[in-house]
Amino acid sequence: MPLEVNGQSFETDEEGYLADLNQWQPDLAEAMAVADGAELSENHWEVINFLREYYEEYQIAPAVRVLTKAIGKKLGKDKGNSKYLYELFPYGPAKQACKYAGLPKPTGCV
Amino acid sequence: MSEEGIVKKFCYMNRKAPYGTIYALESLEVVLIAAAFDQDISLVFADDGVYQLTKNQDTNGIGMKNFSKTYSALGDYDIKKIYVEKESLDERGLTADDLQALVYEDEDDDWAEKNSLFVVDRAELSSIIDSQDIVLSF
Repeated sequence: MPLEVNGQSFETDEEGYLADLNQWQPDLAEAMAVADGAELSENHWEVINFLREYYEEYQIAPAVRVLTKAIGKKLGKDKGNSKYLYELFPYGPAKQACKYAGLPKPTGCV
Repeated sequence: MSEEGIVKKFCYMNRKAPYGTIYALESLEVVLIAAAFDQDISLVFADDGVYQLTKNQDTNGIGMKNFSKTYSALGDYDIKKIYVEKESLDERGLTADDLQALVYEDEDDDWAEKNSLFVVDRAELSSIIDSQDIVLSF
């Protein structure tokens, strides 16, 4: 089902992940969040931007354990724990944040 | 985790060229998933599999995703034992310098970067494989 943002139509898969990650733009993340009944804060964006950088460097979306550790290292211990990340992304930090970041669904992970 | 799980020694053998077949990518994905289960994991690259770790891969001409960058994420997944067979490199005119550097960060040593890629000869490799509980070949 395509997503309509700023008068443009974006193709997504059946779970709402963006088909072509090169089409991603910040407004898409906002629109996906609104559809999930959420609003993106500065804290959400830190994680989304981190995921996009990680994908750019390694060509994969990290497993949640790896994400947690890396966030802790980059943004501080108070953010590098699953409680914090699950509060931001209750549908699963890797899964939900990756969707907003326009990345494919992480391989075999929540 | 409340239960102490059994830790087995898993060895993933990679023997095929990175592109042309799906084996290399499948193996890498299996390894990344399996890494979640806290097992003792080793990766072996031998025969044409050594090409999987070469530097400066360019897949523009073949329309496939260049997944060679993903190997450098293995350290994040606590995979610290990556063995490359020396004879396989020699037979293909390659040396360790043709391979990408692979490291992990040691949490117990102030996140110091440590090497995780080891070139070993056939005899050493054979004893490494011999010591495994499970060997999966790709």
